Amino acid sequence: MKSIRSRLFMILMITTGVVWMSAIAWIYLSTRAEVERVLDARLIEAARMVSSLITSQEIDPKRAAQIPAVEPTMHASYDRQLSCQIWALDGTLVGRSDAAPATPLSDAQDGFSETLIGGETWRVYAVVNTDLGMRVLVGDNMRVRDRLVADVIRGLALPALLILPILAGLIWLSVRKGLGPLNNMAHALETRSASDLSALPDVDTPSEIKPVIRSLNGLFGRVHAARERERDFTAFAAHELRTPIAGLKTQAQVALGSEDPGIRANALRQIVVGVDRTSRLMRQLTDLTNAERGETDSDNHRVNLGKLASRLADDIRQHYPGAALLEIDEKLHDIDLDIDPSLFMLATRNLMENAVLHSRVESPVHCGMRLEGDGVALTIDDSGPGIPEDELPKVCERFYRGRNKTAMGSGLGLAIADLAAKRLGGSLSLKNRPEGGFRAELHLNAAPSSTTPRGEFRHNDGELSPLPVVADAKGDRLAHER
Amino acid sequence: MRVLVVEDDAVLMNGLQVGLGLAGFTVDAVSTCVDASAALRSSAFDAVVLDLMLPDGSGLDVLNELRGRAVGTPVLLLTARDSIPDRIAGLDAGADDYLGKPFDLNEVAARLRALTRRGNGGASACRIWRDLRLDPATMAVSKSGEGVRLSRREFSILHALMERPGQILSKSQLEDRLYGWQEDVESNTIEVHIHNLRQKLGPGVIETVRGVGYRLAEDSI
Repeated sequence: MKSIRSRLFMILMITTGVVWMSAIAWIYLSTRAEVERVLDARLIEAARMVSSLITSQEIDPKRAAQIPAVEPTMHASYDRQLSCQIWALDGTLVGRSDAAPATPLSDAQDGFSETLIGGETWRVYAVVNTDLGMRVLVGDNMRVRDRLVADVIRGLALPALLILPILAGLIWLSVRKGLGPLNNMAHALETRSASDLSALPDVDTPSEIKPVIRSLNGLFGRVHAARERERDFTAFAAHELRTPIAGLKTQAQVALGSEDPGIRANALRQIVVGVDRTSRLMRQLTDLTNAERGETDSDNHRVNLGKLASRLADDIRQHYPGAALLEIDEKLHDIDLDIDPSLFMLATRNLMENAVLHSRVESPVHCGMRLEGDGVALTIDDSGPGIPEDELPKVCERFYRGRNKTAMGSGLGLAIADLAAKRLGGSLSLKNRPEGGFRAELHLNAAPSSTTPRGEFRHNDGELSPLPVVADAKGDRLAHER
Repeated sequence: MRVLVVEDDAVLMNGLQVGLGLAGFTVDAVSTCVDASAALRSSAFDAVVLDLMLPDGSGLDVLNELRGRAVGTPVLLLTARDSIPDRIAGLDAGADDYLGKPFDLNEVAARLRALTRRGNGGASACRIWRDLRLDPATMAVSKSGEGVRLSRREFSILHALMERPGQILSKSQLEDRLYGWQEDVESNTIEVHIHNLRQKLGPGVIETVRGVGYRLAEDSI
């Protein structure tokens, strides 16, 4: 049933009906029992009375039958309730009352019995008067008894039937009144516009609805915040794209406006750099959205750090052919972690790219690792200029570009790495190395699941872990995106 | 005209430097607030092209500092933030013009010319002195209606002298206007350009004030 109101109404009506029906059934049964008890007692009494009257000779049995045994009651419908027969023990009818049938009311010698005479059931009590050799039978027509009970029940049921519609109306109104707060809330929700995310008022609301309103308001708050964040992000992204586009346009105009082949060549080179930078910005925006929404494969896999790092290093080498090289520490190949590979690659790729782009070409970037208390720290060391200490707290903010930036820098790399690290359940720490250069550490809480010696591990690699297939697919996807 | 470009995007900075250079400006470019303030303190610029979002702060800080020192150098804000409130904030902070990214290079050049022209109190785009006529927008010079072909440097020197006729400009002032920091200046370059100018324009136009500098000739001569 769709509507709570009709559902409640039906439930209330059915239960009320059942209660009434049970009450009527109970009253019927108890009334019937009581009526039988009382009327049976009357039968016994009447039979004994007749018997004792005959004994004391106050009634001539021959004449006794001529008069009604008991005065008929004044009530029309209950007249001739009792019938009386007096039989001699030899089986001759000595006398009977007016309405009594001519056949014996009962064959029983003594006590109660029920007999069917002429289609009607009689309840009969028999008393044997041995002194006079007579048997007194007093009988009640059962039809009369049934009518009595039926009258009682009818007297109860008729008002009930009359009251029932009134009761239904009252229940309907009560249910409606009781569901008022719910209707108010539904109305408030129905009439607001889709973009209205303001909280519903939760003062003076019943305690049953309060949790609903609270969780709705909580949801509104979260949706509002998410929408705000998305709007900010879109505005920020659009804004961030304007500068590189302005650069492209300016360089294009320079190329168009100059006759000098040197100037034109330089402008075209700058355009290439600008396009590369802009496409990297676009990719990072997508990465950031992915990391934020968690729309990457959120399944954890057993991944080999060395394998993933090497794959990323190859990819970066292809992408930035003139930049510094990436060295992957052999130790990484001994480490298997149970983490989300795409988030891990998101974080590591951005850290590696940063390191490679900032490093001097002749000194390679070193990617190593360190076992920590309950996890692993992946370290990426470069020989770049580092980040001024006052900028360190801000570098993970989106679009923050410090003073030591590269032409390719979008201000998003570290923000993505930081976000991905957090989503991996780890953290990112950044520091300038005392000996020069910069170190980024990706702390992962996942405990390494394999300490197999390297040679053996490599031998069993394919069987040990289902990862390579997954990682390959991922790697291909990333490669195609370029 | 010497212009300082403050822009942190390398590609855009290079584009402005080369593009404005082609339009006849002498361009110096820096990418941070600190460098911009230092440059503005150490050299005189005819105009500043200023980006608002810089790695070490807002361009508005540079602008405030400049105006705080009561320097009236025209400032053109060039920024991706070009909503009305941003424009108002920029103009109220003392900027002379506002251009949202992406922009047209020729428009930047035209606006810079307009700004410097207004700064020098001139309403007309062309400078006229006696029978000389100089159009900064087209970099064309004519004498008595006949076009004179000048090199970019020669044009810049003549432009500088024609901005304030009668005012003496020293050799180093002219060098400042002609060359950015990155360019090496030969010690006698200005003399060479002046010599060429005199040849092209004829005598009696540029006067040497011995020991001080150069100016357009006094009327009495």
